[in-house]
Amino acid sequence: MLIIDCPHCGPRHEQEFHYGKQAHVAYPQDPSALTDAEWARYLFYRDNPRGPHAERWVHTAGCRRWFNVVRDTLTYEIKAVYRAGEQPPQEYAALARPRGGVPAATTDQAVDPGTADTTKEA
Amino acid sequence: MSYDPRNLPEHPDFLWANPEPKSSYDVVIVGGGGHGLATAYYLAAHHGITNVAVLERGWLGGGNMARNTTIIRSNYLWDESAAIYEASLRLWETIEDDLGYNVFFSQRGVLNLAHTLQDVRESVRRVEANRLNGVDAEFVDADGVRELCPIINTDNLRYPVLGATYQPRAGIAKHDWVAWGYARRAAELGVDLIQNCEVTGFVKDGNRVVGVETSRGRIGAGRVGLAVAGSTSTLADLAGFDVPIQSHPLQALVSELFEPVHPTVVMSNHIHVYVSQAHKGELVMGAGVDQYTGYGQRGSFHVIEEQMAAAVELFPIFARAHVLRTWGGIVDVTMDASPIMGRTPVEDLFVNTGWGTGGFKAVPGAGLAYAHTLATGQPHPLNAPFSLERFETGALIDEHGAAAVAH
Ligand SMILES: Cc1cc2nc3c(=O)[nH]c(=O)nc-3n(C[C@H](O)[C@H](O)[C@H](O)COP(=O)(O)OP(=O)(O)OC[C@H]3O[C@@H](n4cnc5c(N)ncnc54)[C@H](O)[C@@H]3O)c2cc1C
Ligand SMILES: [Zn+2]
Repeated sequence: MLIIDCPHCGPRHEQEFHYGKQAHVAYPQDPSALTDAEWARYLFYRDNPRGPHAERWVHTAGCRRWFNVVRDTLTYEIKAVYRAGEQPPQEYAALARPRGGVPAATTDQAVDPGTADTTKEA
Repeated sequence: MSYDPRNLPEHPDFLWANPEPKSSYDVVIVGGGGHGLATAYYLAAHHGITNVAVLERGWLGGGNMARNTTIIRSNYLWDESAAIYEASLRLWETIEDDLGYNVFFSQRGVLNLAHTLQDVRESVRRVEANRLNGVDAEFVDADGVRELCPIINTDNLRYPVLGATYQPRAGIAKHDWVAWGYARRAAELGVDLIQNCEVTGFVKDGNRVVGVETSRGRIGAGRVGLAVAGSTSTLADLAGFDVPIQSHPLQALVSELFEPVHPTVVMSNHIHVYVSQAHKGELVMGAGVDQYTGYGQRGSFHVIEEQMAAAVELFPIFARAHVLRTWGGIVDVTMDASPIMGRTPVEDLFVNTGWGTGGFKAVPGAGLAYAHTLATGQPHPLNAPFSLERFETGALIDEHGAAAVAH
């Protein structure tokens, strides 16, 4: 079981949280301009690395807020925890740029639930 | 030979040889799980293509193939799924003769329990869809459930059992023997089964794959077929394309051996239990996926704990059983809970993945279709709908309702 250090509440058992999949996947800037292939990438393709992965979690049984985690998918070690809307630590900066090349909305336009700080279910 | 009680029996003969890799093959299959081995067998047996290697990084059947709970059924909702899983079930029905090998295939039926009114509606819908597709299915009420499996507690639990779908032809098999049965016949037909051989890269000529780099050197290939389950993203990445796959740990466990108490297979999506009793007598139970992606090949203890709580509520006599062993595999999950099989953006490189938590039952049918795809370069009618392109065309095959493990 993971111990996740919620940026608002401190360390808690994994069971208090829900996983929200890959972080920093921003809504496309101009959705109607996307090709089918680009739209497929936005909807269905997510990184699946062996190693560090930036992902969203929500503290369902605590503060109910979303935040970001860098976790190693091989060792399950949590490398960093940071708030919604923040960038990962410098050494993991590349993880905040998901592959696929769909032009993203700028941060202020983003409808990424990760930044909206909602209580939506993962 | 006479039996001498003071000595252990002779070591049985090896079922296949351990050849050195040749410099090239017509077809190289990456992954020596059920799918890779079945594909190699059908390539040789149905298409006469025997200059084939199966490259396995560990040992044959050491991945999900011998880690699953061996449930075989074909009661999926959509036509495309019913077609491939039912074709597979028909192959299971003759597999022991086809392979000349016992795999303990036992058609003891499967109950998929309904615990809510919505479950009941979904179940009845699925039963009707199954019948239209020639898949044996009926809906039974709670009394019917108790008749088929007397040890089930239907009333005195948080989500009472309101009924179930029942597929009598469903069942279980001994998964490692299935792998060995395919391996043995494939090897007899001339396929090279090469263990301890990890594929570490792809050799390309332009956009065409012409070989693989391995821990045992470079091996040329006319065509390459991936069958690496949870490792597909990693391999696709090396080949230069992406797959819409998320890899999750999935666990199972067994109890110690008991006299026969559980006559069928019981699955519940709602409270999340699936259980059968193996021939030897262990209760075999599957747990849920860990919610996060992972490659650790182990799952979390609390997932097992939740699974046991549900199992004991549904089968009160299990409270007396001890867990003997738990383990995990890494399953390849797609967004529509359906597999991906067919061409990739790289020429002559093919993919078979996305079976997630339910690809054991598909081994014969998928092997047959994938062999056709690798032999001809074209999808078989059974796998044509399961192309990688469906994520772009939107022709998804949403089987979340019929998939056993919620994810
Ligand atoms: C706990 C659990 C319970 C399950 N229960 C069921 C069930 O009841 N019914 C059902 O139908 N399905 C079930 N499944 C799913 C089923 O096991 C899988 O869908 C199926 O086994 C996947 O196909 P495979 O057998 O070819 O995979 P695997 O056996 O995993 O084969 C893939 C192989 O590829 C090899 N490989 C990976 N990378 C490389 C590389 N770079 N080079 C060379 N080789 C490589 C691996 O070592 C592995 O042996 C379950 C799975 C798990 C984990
Ligand atoms: Zn919190």
